[in-house]
Amino acid sequence: MNGAVLGLVTLTFVGGIAALALLVVAILRRRIEWGGGGASVIFDAGEEGQVEEPAAECEAQSAALVRAVDPHRTAPPAGRSAEDIEARRVADRSSREPVVAFLRWAIAWLVVGSLLGLTASLKLTFPDWLSSSAALTFGRVRPLHLDLVVYGWASMAAVATALWMAPRLAKRPLVVPRVAVWGFRLWNLGMVLGAVAVASGWTDGLEWLEFPWPIDILFVLGGGMAGVPIIVTLVTSKVPHAYVSAWYLGAAFLWFPILFVVANVPYLHFGVEHATVNWWFAHNVLGLWVTPIGLACAYYFIPKVIGRPIHSYALSMVGFWSLALFYSQVGTHHLVGGPVPTWLVTLSIVHSVMMLVPVVSVAINHHATMIGRFGALRHSPTLRFIVLGAMMYTLTSVQGSFEALRSINRVTHFTHFTVAHAHMGLYGFVSFALFGSIYFLLPRVMEREWPFPGLIRIHFWCALVGIAVYVVGLSIGGVLQGMAMVDPDQSFLASMRVTIPWLHARTVGGALMTVGHLAFAAHAYVMIAGRGPERATAPWSEQAPAVKVAS
Amino acid sequence: MNRVGAFIFGGAGVLLMTSLVVVVTPYAQLGTIPPESQLTPYTTDQARGRKVYVSLGCMYCHSQQPRDRAYAPDDVRGWGRAPTPGDYAYDYPHQLGTMRTGPDLFNVGARLPGAEWHLTHLYQPRAVVPDSIMPSYPFLFVEKPLAGPDDVVVQGVDGWSSPGAVVVATRDALDLVEYLRGLDHSYPSDVVPDDGRVAAAPGDAGAAR
Repeated sequence: MNGAVLGLVTLTFVGGIAALALLVVAILRRRIEWGGGGASVIFDAGEEGQVEEPAAECEAQSAALVRAVDPHRTAPPAGRSAEDIEARRVADRSSREPVVAFLRWAIAWLVVGSLLGLTASLKLTFPDWLSSSAALTFGRVRPLHLDLVVYGWASMAAVATALWMAPRLAKRPLVVPRVAVWGFRLWNLGMVLGAVAVASGWTDGLEWLEFPWPIDILFVLGGGMAGVPIIVTLVTSKVPHAYVSAWYLGAAFLWFPILFVVANVPYLHFGVEHATVNWWFAHNVLGLWVTPIGLACAYYFIPKVIGRPIHSYALSMVGFWSLALFYSQVGTHHLVGGPVPTWLVTLSIVHSVMMLVPVVSVAINHHATMIGRFGALRHSPTLRFIVLGAMMYTLTSVQGSFEALRSINRVTHFTHFTVAHAHMGLYGFVSFALFGSIYFLLPRVMEREWPFPGLIRIHFWCALVGIAVYVVGLSIGGVLQGMAMVDPDQSFLASMRVTIPWLHARTVGGALMTVGHLAFAAHAYVMIAGRGPERATAPWSEQAPAVKVAS
Repeated sequence: MNRVGAFIFGGAGVLLMTSLVVVVTPYAQLGTIPPESQLTPYTTDQARGRKVYVSLGCMYCHSQQPRDRAYAPDDVRGWGRAPTPGDYAYDYPHQLGTMRTGPDLFNVGARLPGAEWHLTHLYQPRAVVPDSIMPSYPFLFVEKPLAGPDDVVVQGVDGWSSPGAVVVATRDALDLVEYLRGLDHSYPSDVVPDDGRVAAAPGDAGAAR
């Protein structure tokens, strides 16, 4: 048995690294061919160099954005042809119905999920508050918060964004959008039933896998019906170069069903093995589901807004394959020190550190694309959310690599530090990327401007200050908690007492985020309902507020 | 099909390949490990109590996996020796937990064997541990003017319950307490000797840790 395990682990590891090395060599040898058209494929002919920010507050802001992106005033872009403009309009309209359906409910789940998170946070400091009913006990509110924000908000907003992006990347209409609408209905029905089940105590009893397995079938069907149109649209596209975002989106829609089905098969898993599958799944929901979609957003919207291609198409290829190889093997680091085969834990730690490869590749790519143009953040709501999201991705990923090391994990495991880390990833990175994407795409989907730009600013600052207070406070609290817990001279109770002020800080941070979400939700619903003031007469991207560079 | 297909299906292939290592292999390896010989299966009451434990989400604050004494002082706190996969043979779903807002419970039955303490603590944790931030579970109990002949009355909750009433445990509370009292893995392990070092194990030595 040991020999076979060792052989298989070595083979996969060496094979994976060798394949990655081959890729790097291939890129270096044929640098020009790899670097060619791929990065520019998201632009129509004559579009490169054109700044586009549908969420801009006013003409003056759009003009300021153009100056920030292009301080040296290069020649203006040629402008797009009428055919290209029409083609993109057709692509955008093809996905409109499922995109709106998914978004409308994603935002509702975000609001309910945030309120539940806030409730759970308050319950830790006021333990007798709302204690009279089982549905409101901490042990149900807290998992419900996670399930709603992960499978309701993040997943459904990610699907909406993917449905919108896929036809644009493929330069063709979305295939069978009606199927995606039915996918939404099944998925959302699963959400409603799952939420009721968990609140009433019917749960599979595993973190991230609470929804009872009969309800999971709805997610498999619904997710499949939303994913197939996306994958088919992407793989049958005639676009000569496949853009980075298309790889991530398409792959995510195959990765997630594999993870979800394997982890949810009832009565297959047992004891400690159940725990290893549990964390393989839970970490990969982040790593191979919402992270690739968040990265797809960043890879699309950063260049799109500033009108400049990403720094290196070749580097993004290294990022993609190394993410697939390393992220899929890190899950067991959630069980460091547990009753798990040592080789499995060690393997997960090795791959957690190897995650620096995709993270650094992506970081170089995103931040190098922005370098010299960070001033643009002041003038673009989309960029503000997405670029900060990309920064928090870098930060949280590097933190995660070190957090997996036994010496650090010994202190941070079993503490609120992990919770802070998870929020920096799922909120700081993924949700910020999704917020930015929605601010860009909804004006294109609804063919109108955001009616109340002030609400975008309220949302942004509440979200940013909220997550900062949350992560900093809870990280400090978590480290203090962990240090007390590994100190044999301190009582266990001391490790709890020391967290109390930081739990209050979490409540403050969470309340701020929730206020931001209320502003966001109100704004989005007004937008979708077609209410509120009309700010511009010509909504399409070629006219206001997209501004061509003045020469 | 175009080049996107290579990325999408290639990416899925990578996940399937790595799953062979991190999912299928542990499945095969852990499947060969027998239950600890001194571990007893759950009684009917304990099994029912475990369902209450799962449904109330106790796992979100309590782990069931004390760490080895060479790594962290968990056994100094009375949480017990490092567990082995054989200790979890009858656990479905697993409740290892990854958070310790409260203490590890894998050996709480050995540490706190009395039912009375647990009932009081569940009704109102602060009646027993003044600083506790554990939720109270009043819905697992009923208040009555007088206790019936078979009722289990909760002690030490004066000042927390309504004056003039007695607090009686429901079936759920009694089952949950039976489960907690049964959480006792303090027997010597078949594969890990008392000094905490790993012995030659059936299956795989590393897995015992």
